[in-house]
Amino acid sequence: MRTPTYVRGKQGWVERVHGEFRNPESLAYGGDGLPRKALYMVGFRQSDLWHARYRESSGDTLYVDIYEGWLVPADSAEGTGSG
Amino acid sequence: MSTEHDHAHDQHGHTHDVAQHDPEAAERNKVPFYGKRIYAIRDLLIEKGVLSRDDVQRQIDYMDARSPANGARLVARAWVDPAFKQRLLSNPKSACAELGIDASGLVEFVVLENTEKVHNLVVCTLCSCYPRPILGRPPDWYKSFAYRSRAVVEPRAVMREFGTELAADVAVRVFDSSADMRYLVLPRRPAATDGMSEEELATLVTRDSMIGVTLAREPARAAAVVR
Repeated sequence: MRTPTYVRGKQGWVERVHGEFRNPESLAYGGDGLPRKALYMVGFRQSDLWHARYRESSGDTLYVDIYEGWLVPADSAEGTGSG
Repeated sequence: MSTEHDHAHDQHGHTHDVAQHDPEAAERNKVPFYGKRIYAIRDLLIEKGVLSRDDVQRQIDYMDARSPANGARLVARAWVDPAFKQRLLSNPKSACAELGIDASGLVEFVVLENTEKVHNLVVCTLCSCYPRPILGRPPDWYKSFAYRSRAVVEPRAVMREFGTELAADVAVRVFDSSADMRYLVLPRRPAATDGMSEEELATLVTRDSMIGVTLAREPARAAAVVR
């Protein structure tokens, strides 16, 4: 599983679309990785990820590459803000 | 290994005999557990015909031919040539090819430009994803649990331990490299480097500055290091 636990259920934004790649969840089990899956660079505010645990600067952000199967539209997820 | 241990071996000459008959055995026994496991897996793959010895050696040669010097050349060229910098940011593989750096292969690259207001830091929380086709093997600390877990939650504290203190109004962007993209930081050109040649500038670009834990060297510090 390439999607880190610490971003699951969190809300972010699509910073960049990387294109389509062979699906690692198929490749990991000896499959051909097809059909290819879209990969996105998704940005998060550090304060949204860690809340009070993040004691550094409020403008800091974090980016993770996430395959489309792990993303849902922000308005269908819990919480507020833009997706 | 302790003196006592060596002494014990001296008293029991057979240990030495084994080493003499199979000189590689003594070397192998010094390898820690995971190393032994890797050699065992390598031997099995060769035995089963999945890989050949040549395949393994070719991959070792490929990796040994890569070093942070490649990245330093890319960064120095980007500092002196704005058009090259744009190409490096928009198409890293072809920019590498322009300098004779073979970064072809399965993975894609993203070059992250540090600016006056943005500082980029790269980590792989999952394992050790790193722009190996350009920089070679990552440093051991990059693969450590401490770096992998702390870089995402307290990046400034981690950078401080590398001697890097950023102003609060500089935004820190952490990139958790987890899939098919590899990230390379383009550090800022240090001040007071106007008269320097591209080759001299490249000496200011360290491996760590391309991961983002440090800035590029100041020219005076680089001179001090050379002495």
